[in-house]
Amino acid sequence: MFKIIEKEFLSENVARLSIEAPYIAKSRKAGNFIILRIDEKGERIPLTIADANTEKGTIYVIVQRVGVSSHKLCDMNVGDTILDVVGPLGTATHIANVGTVLCAGGGVGVAPLFPIVQAMKLAGNRVITVIAARTKELVILENEMREYSDELIIMTDDGSLGEKGLVTLGMEKVIQREKVNEAVVIGPAIMMKFAALTTKKYDIPTVASLNTIMVDGTGMCGACRVSVGGKTEFVCVSGPEFDAHQVNFDEMLSRLNAYKTKESSGYSDYLKSLKPVLN
Amino acid sequence: MGTEFDKEYYKKERKADWRDKLRKEIKSKDRTEGVRVHMPEADPNVRNKSNIEVNKGLTLEMAMSESSRCLDCAVPTCVSGCPVGTNIPKFVKYIEKGDILGAAKVLKENNSLPAICGRVCPQEIQCEIECVYVKKLSKEGSAIGYLERFAADYERESGNSSIPELAESNGIKMAVIGSGPAGLTVAGELAKFGYDVTVFEALHDLGGVLKYGIPEFRLPKKIVDFEINTIKQMGVKFITNFIVGKTATIEDLKEEGFKAFFIASGAGLPNFMNIPGENFNGIQSANEFLTRVNLMNGDDANFDTPVHTGKNVVIVGGGNTAMDSVRTAKRMGAERAIIVYRRSQEEMPARAEEIKHAIEEGIEFMNLTSPIEYFADENGMVNKMRAQKMQLGEPDASGRRRPEVIEGSEHDIDVDSVVIAVGVSPNPIIQQSMPELETTKWNTIKVDDNMMTSVPGLFAGGDIVRGGATVILAMGDGRDAAQGMHKYIQSTILAEV
Repeated sequence: MFKIIEKEFLSENVARLSIEAPYIAKSRKAGNFIILRIDEKGERIPLTIADANTEKGTIYVIVQRVGVSSHKLCDMNVGDTILDVVGPLGTATHIANVGTVLCAGGGVGVAPLFPIVQAMKLAGNRVITVIAARTKELVILENEMREYSDELIIMTDDGSLGEKGLVTLGMEKVIQREKVNEAVVIGPAIMMKFAALTTKKYDIPTVASLNTIMVDGTGMCGACRVSVGGKTEFVCVSGPEFDAHQVNFDEMLSRLNAYKTKESSGYSDYLKSLKPVLN
Repeated sequence: MGTEFDKEYYKKERKADWRDKLRKEIKSKDRTEGVRVHMPEADPNVRNKSNIEVNKGLTLEMAMSESSRCLDCAVPTCVSGCPVGTNIPKFVKYIEKGDILGAAKVLKENNSLPAICGRVCPQEIQCEIECVYVKKLSKEGSAIGYLERFAADYERESGNSSIPELAESNGIKMAVIGSGPAGLTVAGELAKFGYDVTVFEALHDLGGVLKYGIPEFRLPKKIVDFEINTIKQMGVKFITNFIVGKTATIEDLKEEGFKAFFIASGAGLPNFMNIPGENFNGIQSANEFLTRVNLMNGDDANFDTPVHTGKNVVIVGGGNTAMDSVRTAKRMGAERAIIVYRRSQEEMPARAEEIKHAIEEGIEFMNLTSPIEYFADENGMVNKMRAQKMQLGEPDASGRRRPEVIEGSEHDIDVDSVVIAVGVSPNPIIQQSMPELETTKWNTIKVDDNMMTSVPGLFAGGDIVRGGATVILAMGDGRDAAQGMHKYIQSTILAEV
């Protein structure tokens, strides 16, 4: 059993939880993720470790309400327990002093980007971060990102905060202005696809962190497989980070929808079950 | 296959008064006139719609009658076919005597998981093929597997389950990585030697492949849990959600006082065929399909995990995992559940019993057929498999005739779900975390005669060493490794005291 120690909402449907998991807090590195299962009937879902506190023995995860499990998780409170948490999984981000690193995050993808921004900065890089969201209320981790970035650019679709436009617009401005040695892009698959196309134009080595469907997270099932440079890779053991210019994002987008019908009907049934029964 | 066995030991045991007396009660000639018992089975058309266990188990009368067929041979060749060296004639004769609890106790001397072995071991190619009935008399062998299951089930249901004798605790901490058949066996054996054993399991549930792989209709989960519980009662501690190499390293665990380690992390990595279209939705590994059903209860609407299946389900492969998958798909409502296998039924690695059960349950077999490409609808969901016909040529390295393509035999099969069951590779996590660990070119871990790896104090066994084998071979490794670990501790730590 893993206890929830802190909880806050970063935006209406995005919660940050700190969970007691001392071993994972100690051994996790930037880029690692966990798999959790809320209760006996729950599914196993992967979540990136956004941060950790080794003294308190806690890890932080950021979760967006999108389906049954994430909804349940967002509704849990301090003191509640999660039945299973396992990790840290995946291969850690390769952190080195390369010069200038452009970190771009979209939506809730800003959460897994944060530990990388932090590690890149601590490794001595000049870090320029671009975070994007549909609107002002959905921008998360602004202060945290600012603390570890030499420059923070915020992009919103409606211009309600920062500049108006997509993440790629902000990225391109930086690339045209100065030499970027490496880029890291994390967010919805469609955003990573276009962010990767942007950096490819300028031949900037780019890493993307993939959030595919997983069951065990240890290489056992292959649900997370993606094509990278024409070769099938398992995101859970060889990833989650890959050369963004080699990832087949169209295939990944399609595979993310593998259970869409079942998941959305399951979610609507769950939401119905939450409504008070009249009479 | 088979282990060296101490003929003198079995001879001495055979001379016990009660065995002598029992042998004389029925003439050998009369014994050989008996007919091998048939396992009662659930109706194929009922069981293929539910998860009830297919084999129902013998009755007491059946078991006692079958046990009287056993001739209690002077040289029990059956034992040489058992990877864990079960004292087969002794337990069978206890059954004939009517002391079933005594029989169960004998089984546990060498085997921590008899109710599991009695269900999933391929006895027909191990102990039973070495039986004198098969070797000398051209008759069906003694039904050793059925009797093993009977004795173990009888003991469990009696509520008088025995715990094996344990040596006095020596307080030395031993770590076992993985709670599948190899890990459970090592844990049980080390506990018998008096060690303080902790088993680390990556998943949220214990049992490894016994839980996520083998379906309920072949091995009920409550039986696995019961056997694990016996090991718990022997003082073994279990920690779930703990991946050695990730959550903590072997070095970290050494700092916590663990003196020796057994790696039994299994052959978890599923193989794919790397043919076009294999990453379309609706195509999954057998591991994924079975895990979603067996471990996550995806076939039960009360659980959150979804699982994909369909009306026309093709399973690619001919092993036990393929049979488990195709029969699971049938149970989940497939109208056509089809095995596509590139050789003929004769070469199938699956147990004869599983193939027989599958045929009875209405499974279709497209043998001598191999997929070459998949096609999908506009949503990326698989809807067609292109396959080609094969014919058998000369024998290959495995001794089986090599399948060869029949040119121009391409044809399409309508599918809405495909399960790939063409084998597994070793799990890479431990090796990734320990570059000094020597591995083979197949990524299996190298071990010596004592099951010790290239790193002193670090042992390994089961599928992480063998690639992809059986429950009982993993258990045999477990027994050997426990001996090796015990020797290692005696020659290092205890020698220093």
